[in-house]
Amino acid sequence: MKHEVHVGKHVGRPMERVEDAQLLAGQALFCGDMPERDGTLQAAILRSPHAHAEILSIDTSEALLQPGVEAILTGKEIKEDSDPFLIVLRQPMDQWSLATDRVRFVGEAVAVVVAKDRYLAEDALDYIKVVYKPLPIALHPLEAAKDGAPLVHPAVGSNVVSTRHFSYGEPDKAFAEADRVVELTIDYPRNSQTPLEGYVVLADYRREEQVYDVQSNFQGPFTVHPVMSKALRVKGPQLRMRSPAFSGGGFGVKQAMFPYVVLMCIASRRVGRPVKWVEDRLEHLTAAIAAPNRIIRGQAAVMNDGKVIGFRFEQLDDYGAYLRPPMPGPLYRQHGIMTGGYDVKHMTITNRLVMTNKTPSGMVRGFGGPQIYYAIERLMQTVAVELGMDHLDLIRKNLIPAGSFPYRAAAGALIDSGDYQMALEIATRDGKLDELKGRREKARAEGRLYGIGYAVVVEPAQSNMGYLSTINTVEERHKAGPKGGNVAYCTVNVDALGGVSLTADSLPQGQGHATVLSQIVADELGIEPHDIVCNMERDTQRDPWSIATGNYSSRFSSATAPAARLAARKIRAKMAKIAAHFLKVSPDKIDFSEGKIFAIEDPQKTLRFSRVAGTAHWSPGELPPDMEPGMCEIGVWSAPELEPPNDADQINTSLTYGFVFDYCGVEIDRDTGEVNIDRYVTMHDSGKLLNPLLADGQVYGGFAWGVGAALREEFVYGEDGSFLSGTFADYLCPTACEVPEPLILHMESPSPFTPLGAKGIAEGNVMSTPVCIANAVADATGIRDLRLPLTPAKVAALIQGQEPARPKGNQATPPMELSDRGIRGQGTAFVAAAPELVWQTLVDPDQLARVIPGCHKMELVGPGSYRAEMSLGVGIVRGRFEARVSLTDLNPPKSAVISGSLEGPLGSSSGSGNVRLVAVEGGTRISYDYGFDISGKVAAVGGRMLDGAARVLMSQFFQRLGSLTEGPGKISAAPPSWWQRLLKLLGIAR
Amino acid sequence: MSQLNNDGRSSVSFILNGNPVTGYAEPRMLLTDFLREEMGLTEIHVGCEHGVCGACTIRMDGLPARACLTFAIQAEGHRIDTVQSLAQPSGVLSDLQLAFRKHHALQCGYCTPGILMSSSAFLEINHDPSEEEVRDMLSGHLCRCTGYVGMVRAILEVARNRISA
Ligand code: FES
Ligand code: FES
Repeated sequence: MKHEVHVGKHVGRPMERVEDAQLLAGQALFCGDMPERDGTLQAAILRSPHAHAEILSIDTSEALLQPGVEAILTGKEIKEDSDPFLIVLRQPMDQWSLATDRVRFVGEAVAVVVAKDRYLAEDALDYIKVVYKPLPIALHPLEAAKDGAPLVHPAVGSNVVSTRHFSYGEPDKAFAEADRVVELTIDYPRNSQTPLEGYVVLADYRREEQVYDVQSNFQGPFTVHPVMSKALRVKGPQLRMRSPAFSGGGFGVKQAMFPYVVLMCIASRRVGRPVKWVEDRLEHLTAAIAAPNRIIRGQAAVMNDGKVIGFRFEQLDDYGAYLRPPMPGPLYRQHGIMTGGYDVKHMTITNRLVMTNKTPSGMVRGFGGPQIYYAIERLMQTVAVELGMDHLDLIRKNLIPAGSFPYRAAAGALIDSGDYQMALEIATRDGKLDELKGRREKARAEGRLYGIGYAVVVEPAQSNMGYLSTINTVEERHKAGPKGGNVAYCTVNVDALGGVSLTADSLPQGQGHATVLSQIVADELGIEPHDIVCNMERDTQRDPWSIATGNYSSRFSSATAPAARLAARKIRAKMAKIAAHFLKVSPDKIDFSEGKIFAIEDPQKTLRFSRVAGTAHWSPGELPPDMEPGMCEIGVWSAPELEPPNDADQINTSLTYGFVFDYCGVEIDRDTGEVNIDRYVTMHDSGKLLNPLLADGQVYGGFAWGVGAALREEFVYGEDGSFLSGTFADYLCPTACEVPEPLILHMESPSPFTPLGAKGIAEGNVMSTPVCIANAVADATGIRDLRLPLTPAKVAALIQGQEPARPKGNQATPPMELSDRGIRGQGTAFVAAAPELVWQTLVDPDQLARVIPGCHKMELVGPGSYRAEMSLGVGIVRGRFEARVSLTDLNPPKSAVISGSLEGPLGSSSGSGNVRLVAVEGGTRISYDYGFDISGKVAAVGGRMLDGAARVLMSQFFQRLGSLTEGPGKISAAPPSWWQRLLKLLGIAR
Repeated sequence: MSQLNNDGRSSVSFILNGNPVTGYAEPRMLLTDFLREEMGLTEIHVGCEHGVCGACTIRMDGLPARACLTFAIQAEGHRIDTVQSLAQPSGVLSDLQLAFRKHHALQCGYCTPGILMSSSAFLEINHDPSEEEVRDMLSGHLCRCTGYVGMVRAILEVARNRISA
């Protein structure tokens, strides 16, 4: 093996970050903080309230008249100015940056308003009138995959847009010879790590140059650059993409902003001015992306001694409404390593890709890994239970043996290095597994629910750019030509006074790349890291970049870091040669230290670093013969091990493979169902750690998200496709109170394939932690089917059984068929006026307009049918609606049925209710019940507030009704309560 | 009392990081937008605009407040401090900021200014907090990068050092 352990003065040390001073002082500039040209306009986006609908018409005329509005773009303009985005599959699934004839998910962009400021742009959104014709939806992947399901893209003819079957080794034989087959199906939910800073795009079309100049916090990969430039109908260099040095978190998610880049480019071209768009939280949660939810049916062929000899995986991955490049990456990113940490030679994989009426899926930290490891590791735990074997013994029995690295896994991964047995030994010893088992025993003896879970993960880093071509058949691949590799760049520059600066292609999202790069370069050049200036901005017109450029697949340590060392070594070699020339020694007898360059054998012979650098700038004539002048070098790195898929469909999906072994103890509260993590141990072998402080930071951060995914986070949809997790009060991210501190352990098996021996470390825990916690819950409860997130309500239902149904009362059932998400309510009110008077108010449009909260206008459009305009708000959203109301089953002045619908940019609603008027002493008792469905923005943000808001509206309605019919102060919105009525009945009160 | 002028904006005057400032804001303008756009303070970060994430936290008369849930005109006559108030005028970072750096309590740093505002106020009231109290205070903030471990360590260390100083 060509491995060489790198020991440096700085690399490998827990150095504090060079980035931090700016961030701590609040002076770091994020994308939204970058200077704007005078006259820059602001954009706001109108989004679909429907999961699936035809767009019948869009009327922007009134919106265009609103103050400050400069332009409004709809699908029509987008179609004129751009081509549909390229997609990975050859399927008729066109998509543009705005919906054209149909919307396919709630939150899909339908129009963009460009105005003087964001407030005015948002105001104008309310005046765009879109007429939709709702269509049936495909929501659940299993339903959507069935024949006859409503089609998301009718031209494809099916929602299943790709099916591939793979076979490695002799799976049929393995399954025939197995003592038993253990099966488990998992259903992994939709979630996302949701960076705290949303998308920001500032597009400036430079007409004379015909260049789109874009500043954004796009994080790569730049495989998407040609997708954008082709959509814009320009050559690559005409789309200048610039990213600032700081970004408020990425986690893969900031890859998926590219449709907005194109949208703002077109907007800027149309208005002739720069246009800026800053995504808000609701937009982000609703419409940015989600990790694909996935159903995996896993089978293990098992011998009675616990040896697993074969796997079968059938995966159905849900990509939502559109397949945006580089989707369906998550389904293939882990392909080569689908056997996990186990020595299993026989396997089949069936991958099916399904489209549904949900937000398109995209890159999220872990990139398919959390889904797959949830299946593999839950399956292994189930095998242990079925065999009556200790789970850890089963793991040990099946791990890839020490000494067999580099190890070629069944589906093609070439696992570079490791010693999994040793990792388990260190982890169980230093994490005190025995003690944890003692705690479990004690807890169980006391009748408490306590379990221990384990998880084994092989953590891939630096993707092979050819992995996604595995989705194509061998023949198709032959035709298209081979794809592989992953090209990384770093540039090191030394100025005339010896000042060192560098740029690199890693687009950091907070990981501290500048710090590590400065450590690497400092070691090579014998200077201090803090003396190096790292400019982490990237500009596609100015800097070297490749399609692999970007921040994803933990590629920094194994791609950009090696490129930095290469660049620094080139500089070092050049400077050594110059120094050798002057000092009259051989270049290999030169060393660098503390800002000096000297002859190793005669340290008196010394030159200042700056002096040598200056020579290359000031007096190229004095340089050794054949040397190029200047002192700037580019390091370019792509590992040869990243070969294209072979004809047996084997693919080495990644360059390096780290190892993670986790275990934890959890206790479940029997009453509340809350899962409490008692102790969590996470063991990592990520090769050589370049900066242990930052490496641990990645583990802590990945772990925190793993806890969120395990226990809290999910994008929830209503049965009608409404999005219900639109705020951070609905999409629950863990806080400091929910994330315990894990014990982190390390060992280092350097990678032989990367110059620094480093592997990735940022994604391990997002794969291991969710399933480790679930395995502990399974151990505690004996429950096999566990669907994340394991919220208290869900766990309580599992351990206590479902709550018994409510006793049947004599309440009237709402007359309409409602989905689960329907809001229902009932109540009574007392109005101090006779039923006839109340009735008159209810049927008179002018009067009714005054009674309905927020109503501006009401007109009669037919017998018993009204049209109204109103403003309503729930929580943070407030907006205009058009209402259509009709009164039927009229029985004056006793009862009526009111039904109708609301339609507006914030969403739509339909429902109905019964009203009954009964004359009572001193007035009328009105009893009512109602039920309605909600979709669109209101559903996304207001979930938890809707019931309350409906009740408030109702009571406002009756208060107004009371004051209108009888003058103020005489009504009681909560009139004679049931006990008062009871007392009255019994003659005790009157 | 501030006056509405003819473009519908009213004047707002307050003490910002120790200096008196005056600007104009529409009644509906949020303090986040006002501080960022009118005052040029880019350290005001917006993570949710609905009061959950804490990224926009400032100190209003010393107490932590969500700038995204405050209208600019509500700042009238108050003292507003942002993260700029922590370092010395020469730029030397405070003990709390240095401890954040030492313990790697930030990654992307987007949540950091807000968390520093809550933490600095907290340490003025609670000189000797337990880890649980620190976590409870931090639970008013979301950080998607760090898992909070470094922050907890940093805050506890600052409290200890201040006591022994
Ligand atoms: S932006 Fe103010 S709390 Fe999130
Ligand atoms: S450091 Fe990124 S959100 Fe906290």
